[in-house]
Amino acid sequence: MATFDLEGTFKTHNLDTAPPTSTEATEEELLDYFKTMYTMRRMEITCDNEYKSRAIRGFCHLYDGQEAIATGINDAFTQEDSWITSYRCHCVALIRGGSVEKVLAELFGLQNGYTKGKGGSMHFYNKEHNFYGGQGIVGAQVPVGVGLAFANKYKTPEGEHMPVALSAYGDGAANQGQIWEAANMAALWKLPAIFCCENNSYGMGTSVERHTSNPDGDYYKMGNAIPGVKIDGMNVLSVREGMKFVKEYCASGNGPIYVEMNTYRYHGHSMSDPGTTYRSRDEIAATRSARDPIEFVKKCLIENNMKDEAELKEIEKSIRKEVQAAAKKAKSSPIPPMEELYNYVYAEDGTKEKAEKQKFIRMPQYKNSVQNA
Amino acid sequence: MNLFTAINEGMRTAMQTDPTAITFGEDVAFGGVFRCSVGLREEFGADRVFNTPLCEQGIAGFGIGYAAMGGTAIAEIQFADYIFPAFDQLVNEAAKFRYRSGNQWNCGGLTVRTPCGAVGHGGHYHSQSPEAYFTHTPGLKVVMPRGPVDAKGLLLASIRSPDPVIFMEPKVLYRAAVEDVPDEDYEIELGKGEIMRQGTDVTVVGWGGQLRVLEKACDLAEQNGISCELIDLKTLAPWDVEIVTESVMKTGKLVVSHEAPLTGGFAAEISSTIQEECFLSLEAPVQRVCGADTPFPLVFEKYYVPDDLKNFEAIKKVMNY
Ligand SMILES: Cc1ncc(C[n+]2csc(CCOP(=O)(O)OP(=O)(O)O)c2C)c(N)n1
Ligand SMILES: [Mg+2]
Repeated sequence: MATFDLEGTFKTHNLDTAPPTSTEATEEELLDYFKTMYTMRRMEITCDNEYKSRAIRGFCHLYDGQEAIATGINDAFTQEDSWITSYRCHCVALIRGGSVEKVLAELFGLQNGYTKGKGGSMHFYNKEHNFYGGQGIVGAQVPVGVGLAFANKYKTPEGEHMPVALSAYGDGAANQGQIWEAANMAALWKLPAIFCCENNSYGMGTSVERHTSNPDGDYYKMGNAIPGVKIDGMNVLSVREGMKFVKEYCASGNGPIYVEMNTYRYHGHSMSDPGTTYRSRDEIAATRSARDPIEFVKKCLIENNMKDEAELKEIEKSIRKEVQAAAKKAKSSPIPPMEELYNYVYAEDGTKEKAEKQKFIRMPQYKNSVQNA
Repeated sequence: MNLFTAINEGMRTAMQTDPTAITFGEDVAFGGVFRCSVGLREEFGADRVFNTPLCEQGIAGFGIGYAAMGGTAIAEIQFADYIFPAFDQLVNEAAKFRYRSGNQWNCGGLTVRTPCGAVGHGGHYHSQSPEAYFTHTPGLKVVMPRGPVDAKGLLLASIRSPDPVIFMEPKVLYRAAVEDVPDEDYEIELGKGEIMRQGTDVTVVGWGGQLRVLEKACDLAEQNGISCELIDLKTLAPWDVEIVTESVMKTGKLVVSHEAPLTGGFAAEISSTIQEECFLSLEAPVQRVCGADTPFPLVFEKYYVPDDLKNFEAIKKVMNY
């Protein structure tokens, strides 16, 4: 167990209280963060490679650089809390009860993926873990999150702690009108809604200064009626403690809150964006060397004599192997059967009916055509 | 010249000839995701070519306001899939401005450009072709070019049209389609289709990227001794009823194809009109060859899309009816 200083990692807006200025963490906790975050990093790097070798097609947005956010939030939350996020969702899917194999299988468009390959990169969900998924439409998840918050409030007996509902979105998304509409509803009805802006400084190629009129691009100050907290999103302990504070605030009936996570994405916006035209390589390198969220946890472990450099290297090596093995396993998933195309359009499974309606479906190879005349 | 360069040329010409013309959208100042606005900021300056925040409803409303004061607004919605947050502004505000103000106001200067259609791996939200939502809205014009030459001429006509236009660009063609595009300033009349290929046995109608597929289907038919008349509608609202009726009167058979789902798609409108106009000439039921009635599935795209073979089947079907 060691104590960690969190001074300067939070800013608050319209709040009488604040997250703590220090926290304690055990070796076990830190090691767990390290392993989780390193697995995330390797998974995203694997995606990058698989995309380049064309095993992954379509739109693919990576989370490396932002790992501490999902990790810290998850530790402050329980499985009862609801979580909905944007298309940058591989790692949230992973931490909310997922596996590298399952994430990759979806990306490969295979049967064992989250939606049997029908969605791909932006489409992961986990009902058991209250994860309501990624969202391809920027900002659309936020009003949905307010509905989740309402349901959480509605089903909790008066006076008891409520599960919270977190809607995560980017700095670019913060300018969508829906977010303001949603915030007003949440404040009006005092819902346990957390509006969590993962501010990585860019919405695709547009930097924060260019897209917001908020002074200093401060997204935690978006509300007059809603207070806010800004958290160092590269420090997993700050995220954890900040989110514990935020969760307590919401769960105990104070209404919604804005959270801004200060973070950075290493990769370009998506696979078609090299990520270097609108920002400098120096900026990326400087973030990597000064603020990397995984390096931070490593430092915590080493400086407190919990693990040494060599031990961590060993762990990294074994995680790399695990991710590699998971990717291989994911690839061996079967291809989803053609009938799946019509499944789940409506509550009533339309497979048979629809297949009959389409009397003839010509396949690229004629002999595989479907004839239901 | 390919399609994105032709679009770029069209916008450049529009901005050179009209000092009120501005162009804006998400990441447009850097050239846009598909490079359509590349170089425009350098040529026309940052107050005529600029990035907006990520807010489609705002982009559409803003464009309507600018156009209402007589300006020419060329807005880009990054993907047609993201036009839905702007749907209210386009359907309730833009389309009806002239009508509801008793012709005092209008936003005819507004053109909304947006890339649409499948690319092979776009999945649910980078593949849709939402043209039918807009053809169902009186007051809007809806245009979709099939290649670079048309793209430039139709875009210029759209930008200069006195009505708001939804200009959909088949993104699969941005780089793939290459043609000799005239340098000069030219317009292609909206509301007029074109017979791409003369034929006598079957009329085949499509628009945008689907025409490439239909050309292949017609080739297959031709190899089997079936003569197809292939028509590009170019403008969907208002659409060229005459060109299709005349052709169907001659052939007695019609196949219409689009990538958007079958139910409520624009093919239904064409089919119904032709049934009214050409009832006595029809020799077979009109065939619609369209996308499946499902969301756009990543892994099943090749089954979902109405490819050349499905169209060829439909052509054979009307021939053998
Ligand atoms: C309604 C809508 N408009 C545009 C897009 C295209 N798009 C996808 S992500 C993105 C940028 C979002 O940036 P930000 O919210 O900062 O999130 P980040 O990518 O940085 O995580 C844009 C413009 C979209 N998916 N949906
Ligand atoms: Mg961002």
